Amino acid sequence: MKRFLTFDEADSVLREQSGICRFVGPVVLPKRGRFSDSDLTLYRPVTDMRDLVFDRKTYRSPKEFVFEITGTLLRFVNGTVVEPPLLQTGTALFCRSCDIHAIERLDAIFLRNGTDPDPYYAALRQSLHLILVECSEPFDSCFCVAMGTGHTDTYDLAIRPVAGGLFIDCASPWANTVFGSAGVEHDWTLQYPGRNGNDVTVPATTAMPPELFTAPMWEEYSRRCIACGRCNTSCPTCSCFSVFDTPVDGAPGPFTERKRIWDGCHLDGFTDMAGGAAVRKEYGARMRFKTFHKIYDYRKRFGRNMCVGCGRCDDVCPEYISFANCISRVAALIDESEVRS
Amino acid sequence: MRNPFVPTPCRIIGMQPETDIETTFTIDYSCTPRHGQFVEVSLPGIGEAPISISGFGDGFIELTIRAAGTLTRRLLACTVGDPIFIRGPYGHHFPDDLFSNAFLVIAAGGCAVAPVRTLINARLDDPETAEATRLIFGFKNPEAVLYKDEIERWKKKTSVIVTVDDEACTWNGRNGLITRHIGDIDIPDPGRTHAVIVGPTVMMKFTTIEFTKRKIARERIWVSFERRMACGIGKCGHCKIDDTYVCTDGPVLRYDRALTLLD
Repeated sequence: MKRFLTFDEADSVLREQSGICRFVGPVVLPKRGRFSDSDLTLYRPVTDMRDLVFDRKTYRSPKEFVFEITGTLLRFVNGTVVEPPLLQTGTALFCRSCDIHAIERLDAIFLRNGTDPDPYYAALRQSLHLILVECSEPFDSCFCVAMGTGHTDTYDLAIRPVAGGLFIDCASPWANTVFGSAGVEHDWTLQYPGRNGNDVTVPATTAMPPELFTAPMWEEYSRRCIACGRCNTSCPTCSCFSVFDTPVDGAPGPFTERKRIWDGCHLDGFTDMAGGAAVRKEYGARMRFKTFHKIYDYRKRFGRNMCVGCGRCDDVCPEYISFANCISRVAALIDESEVRS
Repeated sequence: MRNPFVPTPCRIIGMQPETDIETTFTIDYSCTPRHGQFVEVSLPGIGEAPISISGFGDGFIELTIRAAGTLTRRLLACTVGDPIFIRGPYGHHFPDDLFSNAFLVIAAGGCAVAPVRTLINARLDDPETAEATRLIFGFKNPEAVLYKDEIERWKKKTSVIVTVDDEACTWNGRNGLITRHIGDIDIPDPGRTHAVIVGPTVMMKFTTIEFTKRKIARERIWVSFERRMACGIGKCGHCKIDDTYVCTDGPVLRYDRALTLLD
């Protein structure tokens, strides 16, 4: 069902949904940016559609609304284990096609990989509604077309924001219920990006040549990367976490929590084991590990690439390392390797 | 939905010191593990770590733990009766079905004897498989030898080589790295022999080379990896190598696959 809503009409839907579903989208936090007097764009709950910004890319992806930055796994109360309640606050997420693909990548890890589904992720995921924001003109650093993520059919609602309101396309029963009677019927056609300014060649190999693991190119990243992990935290598909125990302030008696926190393969300590053993001490080896995970070994395991080409890692790297460029370099090296053999 | 992060509250019901830094704990945890699997062990407020199962029976498991990190140091300071939290068992085990009619050589270095102890005992409990089993262990020095009394019992059932890295010391076993003694193992028919090699990374690397020199094919060699398996259930990502999650696809891996895994 295709319709047009004014911002006021959309806001009244948001008000009707207050307490049932929170709406989360890209907003500008003035003067919170990395540099003096610069702004920060992040996913945050909104109550006024006019607060949403669609001409800036967010610093972090919306993954924190399905995979919390820190989350409680369990509590120890007087020698017993208490499970925290599962968070099932309905969340409707205004995001682009790449970020919807990214959530599907997280689904593979949290819901299907290993022994059991992750109950905390599953609860947030089940109560998540996806609102696809039309993205016909990608940002400079995007390479979704190369990664095959510029298009998606997985959404509840699609929108095209224009001056004065938004075109909507209700694609699920939820969307029909919530938005089906707002505004007026109006036909429109969702556009997808046809090409990106950032041209990336993605390797298709399912058998990485062993020499690629020790290629000299990784040494360059050892010299440039500072292991800050911004690429990991901004990435919509990075799913690694660490677990730690912490006392609960002010709680009576022995009361501690076991929590998890986002971790990343670029960060020091990621592979540390008791006794001091660790692997990938060189930062370049971490870049290689991340790159192969995003464009090669995840695909071997789950059938498609993990990287969705959102380009955030390139946007946030303080050393101006381009992951997009790195992917193309790997593809070129694989070609060379195949020609030689 | 089952919550896989929730451990079972248990008690330490026995502590048997093995060396100055290693103790075998008996814990009242009921499970039916396979040889080579591990559990996640935790103490509230301290943390959680993967530990190999070194023994099990009706209503209990045994864990031989070296004081190496924050949690394990705290565990060795515990006493019998103290609470402890366990979840598992996890991971891919040794392929007992393939081993059942085969000759088996088990090589272990240091505290890596722990993950093969249940396999050894199962092999040696049956006189027929005991006959087709050879053991070789390497330790740093005579003081680091684990399961001293048990090794003496194993020696009565099959051929056991015990060596210590320390070349200078005098003791009732061999001296020198484990790799030096692989040539002395009696392997009647390499074509129907499997080898299990567990130990520090460097030990596994060079010991597997020695076994391939003894004509045991890579497809018949089994290793067990040690990585930071923080969750044990294929989620946290710390133990991943290439497309392999060591916690669920390992820790026991066939050598030909293990060879392709570059950290």
